[in-house]
Amino acid sequence: MKKWLNVLEQNKRLQAIVIAVYIVVTFISLYLAQKSVVAFLLLLSSLLLLHFTTFSHRVKWVIGIVVLSVLLPLAASQGEAYQSYMEVATLVGIYIAMALGLNIVVGLAGLLDLGFVAFFAIGAYTYGIFATTQANNFMPFGQYPLSGESFWVFLIIGCIVAAIFGILLGIPVLRVKGDYLAIVTLGFGEIIRIIFNNLDKPINITNGAMGLASVQPPKLFGLEFMYPSQFYYVVLVILLLTIFVVRRLEYSKIGRAWKAVRENEIAAQAMGIPLVRTKLMAFAVGASFSGMMGVVFAAKQTFVDPTSFTLLESITILVMVILGGMGSVPGVILGAALVTILNLQVLTELTNWLNQLSLSGVVSIPDALSPAKMQRFIFGVILILFALYRPQGLLPAKNPRFDEKELKSGATNMVDGKEGAKDVYFNG
Amino acid sequence: MSILTVKQLTKQFGGLTANSNINMDVQKGSITAVIGPNGAGKTTLFNMVTGVYQPTSGDILLNGESIVGLKPHQVAQKGISRTFQNIRLFGAMTVLENVMVGMHTHLRSGLFHTMFSTPFMRKEEKEAKQEAYRLLQYVGLESLYNEEAKSLPYGAQRKLEIARALATKPKVLLLDEPAAGMNPKETAELTKLIYHMREQLQLTIILIEHDMKLVMEISEHIIVLDHGEKIAEGTPDDIRNNEKVIEAYLGKGATTAS
Ligand SMILES: Nc1ncnc2c1ncn2[C@@H]1O[C@H](COP(=O)(O)OP(=O)(O)OP(=O)(O)O)[C@@H](O)[C@H]1O
Ligand SMILES: [Mg+2]
Repeated sequence: MKKWLNVLEQNKRLQAIVIAVYIVVTFISLYLAQKSVVAFLLLLSSLLLLHFTTFSHRVKWVIGIVVLSVLLPLAASQGEAYQSYMEVATLVGIYIAMALGLNIVVGLAGLLDLGFVAFFAIGAYTYGIFATTQANNFMPFGQYPLSGESFWVFLIIGCIVAAIFGILLGIPVLRVKGDYLAIVTLGFGEIIRIIFNNLDKPINITNGAMGLASVQPPKLFGLEFMYPSQFYYVVLVILLLTIFVVRRLEYSKIGRAWKAVRENEIAAQAMGIPLVRTKLMAFAVGASFSGMMGVVFAAKQTFVDPTSFTLLESITILVMVILGGMGSVPGVILGAALVTILNLQVLTELTNWLNQLSLSGVVSIPDALSPAKMQRFIFGVILILFALYRPQGLLPAKNPRFDEKELKSGATNMVDGKEGAKDVYFNG
Repeated sequence: MSILTVKQLTKQFGGLTANSNINMDVQKGSITAVIGPNGAGKTTLFNMVTGVYQPTSGDILLNGESIVGLKPHQVAQKGISRTFQNIRLFGAMTVLENVMVGMHTHLRSGLFHTMFSTPFMRKEEKEAKQEAYRLLQYVGLESLYNEEAKSLPYGAQRKLEIARALATKPKVLLLDEPAAGMNPKETAELTKLIYHMREQLQLTIILIEHDMKLVMEISEHIIVLDHGEKIAEGTPDDIRNNEKVIEAYLGKGATTAS
């Protein structure tokens, strides 16, 4: 087995053949066996396989985008389950973007945030309020709901509003550290939810516990977005953008500053890194992705109410980050995908299957033990197992590796261009 | 010409006076040592100079300009850098990345350049990597550049702290017990390194050190603290023969040692 893997690692052509065969086979199985969730998941897993190939980044991106934007929807589109597959895929995308946002805060900057879903809620309500008649209650001007065309602008507004709230939260919160920070952010998350739950009086802004119904669907060139298969593409584009931004930041001066602050605050400051600004930036950037996906979520559900933004949601996103690997972008993507699919597909399918079995009298399982209800229990077990056996997560974060050739090539000035220092090294 | 002046500096932690009315004048381009028994207040002095602690009273001047009240990162930007007694590396980052973090304030690429990966940004990053590598060569750690900082042996970690501090392009470098935990060979290398840094990089160096051989060999000026007070200062010879210092710190054997 090991030998085979070695051969595979050396040989790019072989890798190409393997992955092509895999994609074709899973594509055909899903195409033919529409009801097979397994086929759907196997096709999705081709991306994981792709991650492990040694192709260049560009090739990986191209293949990945082709699979996600063409093959997956095409293979799934042949039966009744199409929309439910796309629904799952859309939600997976939304959660991945959020987990990537949280990963900046927790994984890179090392700030434990237990109220992260608040920014998602802020994005959702930002669009929800103005894309329903709700805004008529308090806005002195304008006609509401705004048309579905405004959705695209709201993606940006939601992003900015969430970032601003990220900074507002950050300013008081950054005075505390570690466990205290976790508690304060947890409080923030709950406060935001409770405010949305109660802001129906004195002025009715959020419509309280009743929520906001019939949110305008997005419109583009007269086309209304109603189905998960359409939202899928919106989410895909935002997600790709998110991954792009996160990657760029991670390997930049800002990303290094975040990691330095995580590793040692005092030393980071001594290196000239402004602590507060760096942390606020992490909060703002992390929150902005969530805010954007909040807008999409509101439009997709066409209904927003406070129950979607509970502490359990924040914890779920954190589980995704921890499971995948804190600070690791591929890891977090995998973690978010696994947790979401486990939640939406595996557990529900398992429950359905067991129900059928009990209906036909093969076995009888008490309702309380149905897998869908054991979600939290299963999360708990997973977390404990990971803490014990794989604390780094599924795909642990990797440091950038540098090539010695690249480092050696420039032979110009040494430290601030001061002369005479060039040739003196300290090895002997 | 003095580059760093400390005037009547006092620091109290509750009832404890860790530094009491310290006066100090550091000449540009000199190597100054701060010595004294454990708990004398040496690190506290460094922490005040670098903005980690705010003084209870007194003033600190860098080139005649007060730096009291500045945040640590602002002090760093003014040109004072340091290493730590209890090593504070960015453990999970690579050796090269650690040094690159030190360049933070000298890198100009903001969000825009980063997002669009502009040629300016790529050139800057490339040069930063190369500069970081040269700094590693300078302290003799270049072969370990891709290792995680926390995996390095103790002596190498101390050297890495120096390389990282140099990356900020300081005018004044504060070394807090740089030889602690080093073997004699490493200490000898360190001695050479400190000399060279002063000569080649025109640095002013202040170091805290318990290794008297190193201190006496390397420093031009020595300041002795005891119980938060300055009990003596002068050349190595002055200090070696100072009764108070012998009693408080060096012990009887020191006059013959070195
Ligand atoms: N943050 C603090 N809070 C309270 N007391 C402190 C603090 N920092 C230092 N001290 C106290 O101040 C005194 C001086 O400590 P300092 O660390 O400056 O000593 P030092 O000369 O560096 O000693 P060593 O040689 O052991 O490093 C000690 O009594 C120490 O306990
Ligand atoms: Mg000390």
